[in-house]
Amino acid sequence: MGRRVLVTGAARSTGRRLVAALAEEPEVEQVVAVDDLEPEGPFPDKVEHLAVDLRSPALVRAVQSAGIDTCVHLGVTAEPRAAGGRVTMKERNVLGTMQLLAAAYHAPDLRRLVLKSTTAVYGSTAGDPAVWTESMSHETPRHGFGKDAIEVEDYVRSFDRRRPDVAVTVLRLANQVGPTVDNPLTRYFELPVCPTVLGFDPRLQFLHEEDTAEVLRRATLGPAQRGTFNVAGDGVVLLSQAIRIAGKPPLPIPEPLVNRVAELVGRTVDFSPEQVHFLQYGRVADTSAAAAQLGFTSKWTSLQAFEDFASTRLRRLVTEERVTRLEHEAMALLRRATGWLTRELPR
Amino acid sequence: MTPPRSRCQARTRTGDRCRNPAGPDGLCALHRRQAEKAAAHSTRPGTRRGTPRPRPPKPAASRPRPSKPGVSEPRPPAPGPPEGERSPAPGGRGSAVHRPSAEPGPGSQDEPEPGSPGEPGAEPFGPFLDWAEEALEFLGRRLLGEYEVDEFGHDPDLVEHVLAPLLRPLYKHWWRVETRGLEHVPASGPALVVGNHAGTLPFDALMVALALLDEHPAHRSLRMLAADLAFDMPVVAPLARKSGNTLACSEDATRLLEAGELVGVWPEGYKGLGKPYRERYQLQRFGRGGFVQVALRTGSPIVPVAVVGSEEIYPMLANLRRLARLLGFPYFPVTPTFPALGPLGAIPLPSKWLIEFCPPIETAHLGPDALLDPMVLFDLTDQVRDTIQQTVHKNLLARRGVFG
Repeated sequence: MGRRVLVTGAARSTGRRLVAALAEEPEVEQVVAVDDLEPEGPFPDKVEHLAVDLRSPALVRAVQSAGIDTCVHLGVTAEPRAAGGRVTMKERNVLGTMQLLAAAYHAPDLRRLVLKSTTAVYGSTAGDPAVWTESMSHETPRHGFGKDAIEVEDYVRSFDRRRPDVAVTVLRLANQVGPTVDNPLTRYFELPVCPTVLGFDPRLQFLHEEDTAEVLRRATLGPAQRGTFNVAGDGVVLLSQAIRIAGKPPLPIPEPLVNRVAELVGRTVDFSPEQVHFLQYGRVADTSAAAAQLGFTSKWTSLQAFEDFASTRLRRLVTEERVTRLEHEAMALLRRATGWLTRELPR
Repeated sequence: MTPPRSRCQARTRTGDRCRNPAGPDGLCALHRRQAEKAAAHSTRPGTRRGTPRPRPPKPAASRPRPSKPGVSEPRPPAPGPPEGERSPAPGGRGSAVHRPSAEPGPGSQDEPEPGSPGEPGAEPFGPFLDWAEEALEFLGRRLLGEYEVDEFGHDPDLVEHVLAPLLRPLYKHWWRVETRGLEHVPASGPALVVGNHAGTLPFDALMVALALLDEHPAHRSLRMLAADLAFDMPVVAPLARKSGNTLACSEDATRLLEAGELVGVWPEGYKGLGKPYRERYQLQRFGRGGFVQVALRTGSPIVPVAVVGSEEIYPMLANLRRLARLLGFPYFPVTPTFPALGPLGAIPLPSKWLIEFCPPIETAHLGPDALLDPMVLFDLTDQVRDTIQQTVHKNLLARRGVFG
């Protein structure tokens, strides 16, 4: 019998990619795509679209009846406005997960649960270690997505204890970028100027959307691996560097004013307060556990992933040609000036 | 995990080894660009004066990219000249920037200025032009984001071109730092450099780091462990990271040592930095010996370093504790010039400095069991502290005067 996979949050870009990739695998018999959003295009043949909210009873029936053996939970969202406000976002993230897990607890054929979480669970403060490993204790983020993700992870861990026959894999993904990704961070870099916190230059990590799809596919279809894994592109990119690669002018904001500006900017890019901390202190996660146990290393380094995003999505104001030409002109000017000086000075 | 990085094989204008991390072809981003430029020049020998020299088109990827097997389509590697052919010739000096300024002929030939005859008289400004070109290249790289930092945020390009040049005058001319015992610092592999800490502002740490970068034969970057205050201060925080430092916690220290880096630690912390002048050169308590634990866990040798001279740069007569608490600082110093002279009081006194690295204390032979034995930790901590204290006293007695 083939695999029967249920994917939540399937209509958003990550979900669509995963569903399409799963539908191409011969070993997958059926994919149940759960999302109350309407997908942009039709799903492939093997896919049954279940247009319900995670909190609806129809989901419970779907999880328990269809002989689902794998559940991939992508339904935790970082965007309050898209979700219909912070309260609704929390409802969907946390209560939706509880509902899903409650249904999964009674699913007789379930053998594997994959949760897409985030490195935002580590928070961002000045006192953070430079590189987070999965086992390090960290302060609990008090707001937004990070807090939701922590609570969701807690529920998933408790599910793990109650259903030892289900292999639970938690993937903590770094910030995703790529040609088709649309999230608060990509919208931030699409602003005409990029506001930064004056005097801070955080280290960031990026994950290319292709790598996201690959790690999810591997966690779903590859050998089952229990545990929690950080997933990110190799290396780090400084925010200042990213802004320069994006070719945008930075707009440094003094720390006392940051929250007000963030509020204004937040209206356009759907920013939450903990993302401001992220842009002040940054965050880097260690990915060696994913490499050793999942056998996954990202194809794109953080830098390459960001460059790919920048070159496909952004129009640079500061371009290589302009800088090279300026460099060149300045040099020619200096040469002329020194040439003149050496000719005139002896006289 | 950062693998121990190899350094660029080219030489800088001054003939020193370039300290930028090397890419797969053994060159750093800067010298690769220069090598490509030089290659483009040699293929176009007839580049005439009067027409602006066309720049070689920069490859799409001008950074060293670890190309991984199975990469589906991420951009192809640099289409530049084949890597192997770029011999980093006698120090990569054949390139446009690293043209030896003493040679009159060939250097000025490819100068593009319109209408000016290739005069040998331009030579007095040769070094200046070289410097200007390198500076412009640097600015261009920074503007385009063409540099790489490691996972701790260490930015060797910035250190080499901005931070170290800013500190060098202090090192050479202001404090006339004399460094001894550099042979005790291993040329490669992990080691924990432990020093005394004094002087209100951590200039002693910066000078030890500069000594290792400039004067150690292997030009090692000292990755220092800094107080968390440093990472919460605007401007200071990113500079601390970019110059290779990280937070003083055992996770970061262990990670750096496991990656084969040279780690610097100042266990006295604020107690040493903010002690009054009358207690000068009296080492304070060495924390709880956390640095010894890290050394034992990673089997790294401990290299004690004694700094003499740092106590006199800002002689702290009093500490305004309440003001410090109000501002959130660990101390608020009153020196003979600060705050009396305002910003002028921030100029440190030009004492004469001596930095001495002591023979390393090995920890590898103690094995992992030693970690469980608090007595071993205490003994090692005391041994390191005593070594530094004795070396400080010895060098104090030997020096002629504070400003000698």
